[in-house]
Amino acid sequence: MKQILFLLLGSAGIFASEALTGAVEKQPLNMSAIIMFVIFVGATLGITYWAAKRTKTAKDFYTAGGGITGFQNGMAIAGDYMSAASFLGISALVYGKGYDGLIYSIGFLVGWPIILFMVAERLRNLGKYTFADVASYRLRQTPIRTLAAFGSITTVILYLIAQMVGAGKLIQLLFGLDYEIAVILVGVLMILYVTFGGMLATTWVQIIKAFLLLAGATFMAIAVMAHYNFNFESLFATAVQMKDVSIMAPGKLVSDPISAISLGVALMFGTAGLPHILMRFFTVSDAKEARKSVFYATGFIGYFYILTFIIGFGAIVMVFQNPQYLDLAKQAVDGGYPILGGDNMAAIHLSHAVGGDFFLGFISAVAFATILAVVSGLTLAGASAISHDLYASVIRKGKSDGLMEMKVSKIATVILGIIAIFLGITFEDQNIAFMVGLAFAIAASANFPILFLSMYWSKLTTRGALIGGSLGLLTAAVLVVLGPTVWVDVLKNAEPIFPYKYPALFSVSMAFIGIWFFSITDNSESAQQEKEAFEGQYIRSQTGIGAEGAVEH
Amino acid sequence: MKQEMVDRIKNDPDYIHLVRVRSRFAWTLTLIMLVIYFGFVLVIAFDPPYLGTPLSPGSVTTIGIPIGVGVILSAFILTGIYVRRANGEFDELTKRIKNKAKGE
Repeated sequence: MKQILFLLLGSAGIFASEALTGAVEKQPLNMSAIIMFVIFVGATLGITYWAAKRTKTAKDFYTAGGGITGFQNGMAIAGDYMSAASFLGISALVYGKGYDGLIYSIGFLVGWPIILFMVAERLRNLGKYTFADVASYRLRQTPIRTLAAFGSITTVILYLIAQMVGAGKLIQLLFGLDYEIAVILVGVLMILYVTFGGMLATTWVQIIKAFLLLAGATFMAIAVMAHYNFNFESLFATAVQMKDVSIMAPGKLVSDPISAISLGVALMFGTAGLPHILMRFFTVSDAKEARKSVFYATGFIGYFYILTFIIGFGAIVMVFQNPQYLDLAKQAVDGGYPILGGDNMAAIHLSHAVGGDFFLGFISAVAFATILAVVSGLTLAGASAISHDLYASVIRKGKSDGLMEMKVSKIATVILGIIAIFLGITFEDQNIAFMVGLAFAIAASANFPILFLSMYWSKLTTRGALIGGSLGLLTAAVLVVLGPTVWVDVLKNAEPIFPYKYPALFSVSMAFIGIWFFSITDNSESAQQEKEAFEGQYIRSQTGIGAEGAVEH
Repeated sequence: MKQEMVDRIKNDPDYIHLVRVRSRFAWTLTLIMLVIYFGFVLVIAFDPPYLGTPLSPGSVTTIGIPIGVGVILSAFILTGIYVRRANGEFDELTKRIKNKAKGE
């Protein structure tokens, strides 16, 4: 029973590393990294200029005109998912705990096949720009769009804060720039990409970054393996000599089965409820390309996790105990073998060990590019919820024209960017490790249940979706606040009121039960019509008939 | 979609066949993925030393390594199996249904 939930803790580690909290030391200016980063920024701004000329309608802006291929979209989805923090965080977990790191990454991967089998094609067949299009397909627009937009914007802002703070710290560490400058730089570049280049620029920034990250990680993994004649046994044997045999098996982090399952629920359903991920399915032309996207994305993400596992072990043999990367001041106080900048820097140090200053600069620049790409995708999803769901559907009741909607979206992007910069600076020294976990919990508890049931359950009504979805959202938020991550770690109380770190099991159940109960007891006339409309929706979700027309603007 | 078209497609034997076969296929694959993943999690929970068993006597590599990598590969293979069948058989059926719906 003991080892049950290092899974839970694993994700605690990942969510925490996703946030990259804690004080970091500013490093000396790293010129090769800065030059490579400037090249990347120059190239992406060039793409933005190219994309801007091709972004004329709302459809272009939200979905890149629906002309992205399955392969490109799969790469972009993988780019959205392989954040800088998951690259540095997972390799740091492998570096620190060995096998446990592999288990964490598996938890993040297994949601993808389920998204393919259950959601991807139907989403493409039913939706236009945002997942709220699907959720509100046969329900009353105003309340459902409002709730879905609220869920999207909350998820996006929480995620953005975590990324911004992570970006600031990482850049301090890698480039030696000031925290505020780093955050403002990320915010300004992201606003430029999204307002001028829309989804087309965002997608290509994502694809380029995914390619660079995979190429860099592949090089590191091969360099490590070449040292051991591509023999895993000798790599592992050296690593075990450096540390001990425990790194080859599940670790000793203890938790309970409920937390394990709850975390699994959050990862699986949360991924299927993240607005910036769902939005990617509308950039392809049809259900066939949507399913190919997930196939490629699963391949890239799985491959990436295998690479991070090798990189983590590579760091054990080449960075751990290597005097070049030791934090001597810290070692004098605490003993052991602390590395400069903390465990999250394991992959970065390894890049230096295998490729010298030049490759260190490359990997640092890729890590920064990764953050830029992820925040751009997030901001575009948030801005779309504001312009397409709130402005066009709720305020103008669907009577606005596309150009005006696009204008609102661009204004929303600028405002979101400024909010992100402001909150990023505000939260510099706050403990924000809970924010990514909370974003996943809300996505799993509010966005996902409504979306899923709207596609699968004929008896869903507006009242059920509205009350159940709100209950899920509230439960998730309240339980996170009363749980260990906020109640104890942030508010400094001794004991949490709610014992589990991940509330998803409870809040998702709450949402499903709430939606079910308030739907079946809804005998209103509009509820009757909503149930009758399911048949048409179901046929469209299965065959795509009607979808082509809806996508054309 | 007009009610008349809904009724026609609903009674199309190709449509009925597509929905039944694809739903069963998708749920089966989902179930396989869940069994693999939660099976892995349960081994970790209840018998972690098992994953620490050496692959062969005297080796450092443990059985947990190929099993973990196997779970990652299984996710990729399952998506591949689905996409392969959907690109062929299911798309073919969908095309027939669409043509019939448009044609008459």
